[in-house]
Formats: sequence, C-alpha cells, structure tokens
Amino acid sequence: MSILDKKISELNELLHKKELSVSDLVDASFDRIHQVDDKVKAFLTLNEEYSRIKAKQLDEKLVSGADRGLLFGMPIGIKDNIVTKGIRTTCASRILENFEPIYDATVVERLSAADTVTIGKLNMDEFAMGSSNENSGFHPTFNPWDLSCVPGGSSGASAASVSAGEVLFSLGSDTGGSIRQPAAFCGVVGLKPTYGLVSRYGLVAFASSLDQIGPITKTVEDNAYLLQAIAGNDPMDSTSAKVDVPDYLASFTGDVKGLKIAVPKEYFGEGVEAGVKENVMAALKVLEGLGATWEEVSLPHSKYALATYYLLSSSEASANLSRFDGVRYGLRSDNSNNLIDMYKQSRSEGFGEEVKRRIMLGTFALSSGYYDAYYKKAQKVRTLIKEDFTNIFEKYDVIIGPTTPSASFKCGSMVKDPVTMYMNDILTIPVNLAGVPAISVPCGFSDGLPTGLQIIGKHFDEKTIYQVAHAFEQATEHHKAKPKL
Amino acid sequence: MSEFETIIGLEVHVELKTNTKIFCGCSTNFGAPPNTNVCPICLGHPGVLPVVNHQAVDFAMRAALALNCEINRETKFDRKNYFYPDNPKAYQVSQFDKPIGEHGWIEIEVGGNKKKIGITRIHMEEDAGKLTHTADGSLVDLNRQGTPLVEIVSEPDIRTPEEAYAYLEKLKAIIQYTEVSDCKMEEGSLRCDANISIRPVGQEEFGTKAELKNLNSFAFVQKGLEHEEKRQREVVSAGGVILQETRRYDEATKTTILMRVKEGSDDYRYFPEPDLVSIFIDEEWMDRVKSDIPELPDARQKRYVGEFGLPEYDAKVLTITKEMADFFETAIDAGADAKQASNWIMGEVSAYLNNEGKELKQTALTAEGLAGMIKLIENGTISNKIAKTVFKELIENGGDAEKIVKEKGLVQISDEGAIREIVVKILDANEQSVADYKDGKEKAIGFLVGQVMKETKGKANPPLVNKLIVEELKKR
Amino acid sequence: MSRISKEQVKHVAHLARLAVTEEETEMLTEQLDKIIGFAEELNELDTENVEPTTHVLELKNVLREDEVRNSVSVDEAMKNAPAQRDGQFKVPNILE
Repeated sequence: MSILDKKISELNELLHKKELSVSDLVDASFDRIHQVDDKVKAFLTLNEEYSRIKAKQLDEKLVSGADRGLLFGMPIGIKDNIVTKGIRTTCASRILENFEPIYDATVVERLSAADTVTIGKLNMDEFAMGSSNENSGFHPTFNPWDLSCVPGGSSGASAASVSAGEVLFSLGSDTGGSIRQPAAFCGVVGLKPTYGLVSRYGLVAFASSLDQIGPITKTVEDNAYLLQAIAGNDPMDSTSAKVDVPDYLASFTGDVKGLKIAVPKEYFGEGVEAGVKENVMAALKVLEGLGATWEEVSLPHSKYALATYYLLSSSEASANLSRFDGVRYGLRSDNSNNLIDMYKQSRSEGFGEEVKRRIMLGTFALSSGYYDAYYKKAQKVRTLIKEDFTNIFEKYDVIIGPTTPSASFKCGSMVKDPVTMYMNDILTIPVNLAGVPAISVPCGFSDGLPTGLQIIGKHFDEKTIYQVAHAFEQATEHHKAKPKL
Repeated sequence: MSEFETIIGLEVHVELKTNTKIFCGCSTNFGAPPNTNVCPICLGHPGVLPVVNHQAVDFAMRAALALNCEINRETKFDRKNYFYPDNPKAYQVSQFDKPIGEHGWIEIEVGGNKKKIGITRIHMEEDAGKLTHTADGSLVDLNRQGTPLVEIVSEPDIRTPEEAYAYLEKLKAIIQYTEVSDCKMEEGSLRCDANISIRPVGQEEFGTKAELKNLNSFAFVQKGLEHEEKRQREVVSAGGVILQETRRYDEATKTTILMRVKEGSDDYRYFPEPDLVSIFIDEEWMDRVKSDIPELPDARQKRYVGEFGLPEYDAKVLTITKEMADFFETAIDAGADAKQASNWIMGEVSAYLNNEGKELKQTALTAEGLAGMIKLIENGTISNKIAKTVFKELIENGGDAEKIVKEKGLVQISDEGAIREIVVKILDANEQSVADYKDGKEKAIGFLVGQVMKETKGKANPPLVNKLIVEELKKR
Repeated sequence: MSRISKEQVKHVAHLARLAVTEEETEMLTEQLDKIIGFAEELNELDTENVEPTTHVLELKNVLREDEVRNSVSVDEAMKNAPAQRDGQFKVPNILE
C-alpha cells in the first residue's frame, strides 16, 4: 500500500510523530506519476523541481516546530483552469499553450497558506467544455479503472489522478457536473460547493454564474479537509458569499437518524442504466438502515435543465472567451496581416471544435433578435428549476439520486454527436442551475466500472451533505476499492 | 432650404476622478508611462473578476442628481461585446437597461431664451485603453483601461449647433461644480460624440442621422455640426439621401469627413454581467450623496442677483466655473464689496488670465488678497490707479495688499494742507489754464488735476485734488 | 424546417471573430440547428410572470473602497505578449 493511500488525518499524525517527512510524500507522488502517468495521462505540467524545494522548506518547518497549515505537506494536483503564478496554465487549450500567469488564484493562495505542495497541473476538457476529457487540446486522459474508457469531464484528470494515487487530492471545477461526473466515473469523492462558497478569482471563467471550484478526494473526510482550507468569502470575488464557514470536520457524527431524504423520480428515468439505479437503491437501503427515511418526490422542471444550461453557459462562455484575442497573451496566428484576420485566425487556430461550437451557440443566443427567445427565456426557466429545489428542501434535508445516467464509456464512442454527449450531464446540471451543493461518492460498480451516488443539499449546507456521505461511506466498502494499474 | 429642422443629440463621456479604477485598485493617474497602472484585472487576464469601486458609484450618482435625473433604486452592470485592441476583455462592462440615472434635464440659454434639454440617461462604464497608430502596427497602452466613466446621453432636443455648444458649456459647468470630474477635453476626461439629422419642418419622424466623432473642443462640436447641417441640407435639397454614417470633424479643412457607413445597428449582445451583483440604492445613500452636491450654477446665479444685487450678466459670468464663483464668495467673506469684487474679477482678473493663458489657481492671487486691496480703495488708502500696480503684484507674487502698499510707499496722500500747497504751485505755473477756466472752459480742470497727480506720482487722492483745485481757482 | 441559415452562421462567426470554412459552416449550421431545436423545448413552459435569474444568491451592493493597490510591473504586464514595442502591446494595422 502506498503512503498516498492514507487519509489526511493519518498522514498528519505520521508527520507530527516525524515518522514521515513532506519530502517522502512528494517523492511518493512523483514516483507514482512517473510509474503510471504514461498510461493515465493526467498531467499537463509537472512542478517537480519547485515541489521538492517546497517539501524541503516544509520539512524544515517540521523540524523547527513552526506553525503548520491545515493541509501541511499534502501533495495536490490542480486543474489547469485555475491560475498558478509562474506555473503554465493552459485550460488544455492550444490558445494558452505557453501562458504563464502573473498571479495566483485565491484558492491557490489559500492552499499555500494551508502548506500544500502543488505537484502539477491537470488535464481537462478544453476550457472545461466536455464530459470525457477527449476535448483536451493536447491529449485525452484515461480512466484508471479501464484505460480504454474515459475518466469523465471536464475535471477528468483531477479525478483520474486521485483515483490512480498520483496525488493525495486535487482541485476541480464544476459548471454542469464537471467535478461530480468524473468523480463518479473514477470512483472518488467530488464535491461541487454552493455557488459563492469558494472564490472564483483565478478560475478561468467558462460560465460565470455556474462555475465553482471544488475538492476531489479519496474519502469524504479528506474532502471536508480540503473544502475547509479553500472555502470562505473573498473580497476579490463579488459573487462570493459572506457566510461563516462551519467546521466541516465536526459533521462526521456517523449519525443520520431521522434524516429526511427526497428521491426525485426524474433522476431514474429512461436513459439511466439499470446497474446505476440498483446501486443507488442499495445505497438508500444502507441509509435507511442507519435510521434515515426516504420518499419519492418530483423536480418537475428537470427535463428543461439541459437546454437551459446549454443556452446560459454557452452565452456566458461566448463573452468569457472573447479575451483570448492574441493581443496581450496566448496564441497569435502568423497567418494574418490585419487586425480582423489576426483575431479570426488566432482564435480559430487556438480553440478546439467543441469550444468553437459553444462560442457560436452563445453568440447566436445573445445576438440581436434572439436574446429574449433564448437567453432570457433560459434565465426564466432557471428560476423555475431553482424553485423546484427550494420546494423540496422545505420538507427534506437532502436529495439523493445517481450522479450520472451510466458508468464510464469507451473513448471515442460519443465524440460524433454533441447532444448525446451532453446527456451525460442531465443529473448534475440542475444542481448548478440552482446553485446548491452536491457531492458524488462511490456507491458500487456497474459492469466493473464505478458509479456515483449524488447527495444534494441546501444552499451552504455542505455539512449535512458530508454527514450523510460520511455515514454512507463508513457503512460500506466501496471507497476501499482501488483500480489496478 | 429653411424649411428643414435640425435634430441634434449629444453623448458625453466624463471620466470620474476617483483614486482608483472602477473595477480594480490600479491608480487612475493621468500621464504615467505606458502599461504601468495595470494589473491582471484591467489587463483582462484569464480568471480575474471585477469589484465595483464605491466612490465611482457615489460620483456617478452625484452627477446624475445634479443633472436632475431620477435614480434607479436597482442599478446593475451589463457586458457590451465587441472586439478591439483597446478593449482587453472584448467586452466593456457598462450599463444597459438599468442605468444609474434617467429622465434628467438641464436648462440652457441661447440669445436670451431659456430652454430645457432632456437627459435620457446617465450610466456607468469602464474606459478603454489608448491606441497609438504607427506605420507597421498599432500600440496598446492599458493605463486608461478601467477608469470610471459616466456616459450622459441627451434627448434629441437640441435644434441648433449653438444650442449644442450651450448645452455642453452648461453640462461641463454642472459636472465641474459637483467635483466628480475635471472635465478636461485636452486630457480626454470629457469627450463628446454628436448625432445629427434633419427633417422637413412639420414631419414627426426623424431623418437618418450621422454620428460625428473626433470632436476635440466645444467649438469643434459647434463647427462640425454647422458643417454637417449644411451638408445634409445640400444633399437632401439636391434630391440625395442621407446615409447612416460615422463622420469625423477635420480641423484643417473645417469639414466633416466620412469614416464609415453603418449597415444596420451594431450587435453588441448586451447581457447582465454575471460577475457583478446588483446595486440597491436606498433613501439614506441617496441623501448622503445629495448632501455632497454643492450649490449649482443656476442657483448661485440667482443668489448673486438677489443677495448681492449684481446684474444678471455679472452673476452669469461669475458662476461659469465653481473655481471663480468660490473665489468671488471668499473675497466677499473677506470683506470686499460685491460689485467691486465682481468688477475686478470680470475685468482685471479675467484679462490677466486670458493674456497669460492661465487658470486662476495657477496664479498667486488669493481672494483675501483681492478683498484687502478693494478695501484699501474703498477707504481711500489707494487710488484705482495705484490699485492696478498693487493688483499686478498680488497676482504675480501674492501677499497682502496693505503690506505691499506700505512697502512700496504707495499710500495715497490725503493730507489737505500738503496737497493744497502743490495745487497752488501748479496753478501758479499754469496761468493760461487758469485763464481758460475763468473763460468758462471747464475742461481746463482736467489738465490741472493731471499735473497735480503727476507731481505726486499718482498718490494724491483724486477727489480731494479736484475739490482743492476748484477752491483755489475760485480764489483767483 | 431549418432554424438557422448558413448566412446566419457566417454572421455569428464574424461576430465571434472565428474563421470558418465552407465545410465548417455546413457542419455548424447542422449542429447548431439541432441544439437550438432542442433548446426550443423551453417554449413549452409559460414563463410570462417568471423573473429571470442572473444570480442564484441574493447578493447586493458588493463594493470596494477607493484605495490604490499595487499594479504589476511593465515586464509582468508584457510577459506573455505575442508582440510588443516599448512597453506596449503591438497589433497589426487596424483595417475597418
């Protein structure tokens, strides 16, 4: 068993007793990467030299007995749409192939304050647009459970790297399911926090009103550790909530007695595979056994979430991605001799097909004569979807369903048809539209591939989500399964 | 050709003089070396987010209130999408459907007639960077990017280029009074675009408008509009059609030159800025901002007539800039007579500023200094003539009038005995003039007074000299 | 029935500053048409009296004080520039 299979609390203990050094942890991480990343292909950039220097600095702290951050010495991987000063940040796009940020994202500053070690930057679907990692501008990432399958997306490599034991944990981002879906596909724990809980400053925007950074970990407890370090108001982000961050680690009571669970019938519709349904039903039984109760409910506007999401996210993206114009940074085409050509050539050479498709869709939806019919209409439907959740949460503590309609699929099997690919996100998207938090925890296998249980909570009630997820995790063995690489 | 009516609307951009930019903490200092007042936010780097500058909202609200606008209780920002190298995010954060202020007006006066010009809206937005064009490409400096602006859009109520000029003068005066902007056209802190169209008198529908850009002074706005008005009338009279064009005013030829013909309207794809939240303005906030608005030019003008008994004209001239009006009032507070102070400011002070091409604050003159000098005239210590010498000293080197008068020995001679002695001496020496006077030639007195003044180097009290000459003449 | 024409696709591509070949235009027209068709499902819903949601959280008046923060150096500003001259970004001539 690798040292990186241990939990944060266990590693803390070992570091404290000086039975382990930060350099040991960082070495273990790079050893594993050098051993398996040829197969998984999770990393776009490795921060090896600096990581080892940082490890030595932290080890000195360990010796001197200086104050240690919450995540002292823990090796972390960061999705490549979160900017890191001096470390290449590409968003897995050719347009940013050589881009070196001049500032750190707020979450990166907070990780630094917590004394983590940034091991490297993780692959993704280009600009977080995709559900398979096949839209990376550089190369796909593969699922550690079956290298012929996708790890999910867009934070596919964030999930795969944790699942493969290359890093202890990672940061992903979730706009329509981009943390939860890959977490489910790779058999790890992924949380999309409440919109506004974690600062977006330094997260390269895809859809500003939906994007959230969140933790991907092996266990629920580790997840809470990482969230604890990054959550909380940021004056640099106007949409960051001014709420007190609770002590998430105190939520692990193991007790779910009297908890009321809502199970939306829309999350078990056609298109949701039998194996996935079975695992969720089994999970509900486990929770029942622990004293919770559940009832079937309806989120009547669920079927409209996908269309709403694609209109809103693409519209916002079309503006967010306009800054990649070849003027101040990023790729500039050589094949142009006037300004308009320079713009068009640079953007067309730099962006991949899916990104261009969404920019086109968003530009169209915002254009004169169509705004009310598409963009504004979608914003109104968003209100209805949000209200669906508000209504349910008046009576229930959490909503539970599958994270994805199916387990992972074969690489290349869905690339041809964008709309079919979009269907992957039908169970995760409503959560982003409503801004509520949700976690995906491993809940078993379907045809040998992991599936995820999605637990959705009220705004800023990550604590209850963790409480349920942790109780379930501790009552089952799913999280102990490891892929063979 | 007189059967046409001209319709003019003006869009004025005013930079707000906050310390920092509207969405980031970079300084707004003018004239810094290129790309030194920039940060990831105003450079439009990936991942950055805007946060609204409180002061910018206060200033915009102050301007809106001063222009008699209704304040929208909920105001928000929107993205205006267009690609240009001076617009780093390729969208400008502006306001679309909920601007900070709407439905305002200002009153102008042209040829003695007063007229209200409506203000459609005033909204907040970020300024763009600066482009310099060279032979082999353009250079982009983003220091100015993100400077807070308000755009003030007038109703199409303006009917003549002269009214446009009056509107701009008034608008500038009001904004300057509120102290939210320097309104310096030469530094770009006030910029103006004009829309102009013509229509046959009696027609309701507006004609196709041309947009005039590159108007670097109010005079050019007027000249550009005059030329454009003439051009459009000629085109239509000759049976032609006005196209929707953007034209610029060319100083050299004093004509407007076509920049581009617009096809349809620009598609800016406005949508609510998801990175910023709405701003709700309550009564308390508005009251606080209202209390920061000083008395505006119209009100001051009225007060100067009522309180100080100044003629309308004086009151108008004195209130054109807040600087001048404040100077005037400080002088009065320091004890100067209002009419005297007004005469000196409108006369000698203005003449000096015009000749030297200076602003009041660039001179050494203080309101207290001027008041002190006026008091010395009133109490007879110095003559008006001597005062001019004192004034020159005050405006060039500053100081206290009384001290200057003492140091330079400029005190007026009011000693009756001393002056009578000189008068007698002068009369003795100018028998012919005395004879002329006796023959009824009253004018001779003037000559004699002049002689006495010359003898006393201008220091004799002129009324006293007059009186004594008459007395002495009668004795002869 | 087609919901979006090839001409519209070309116009949208121009607005978005994307160069598209004839072939790409063809493909995008078809794909966008399909996505838009699927988006039109939303028309089933009566949203006449529904307020649009721009922000899921009810945040308001997030403002900062007017205090100067450090700017970056010209070198940092220019660090990733594809072309520059004398501390300014350089772009090709602007042809309207």
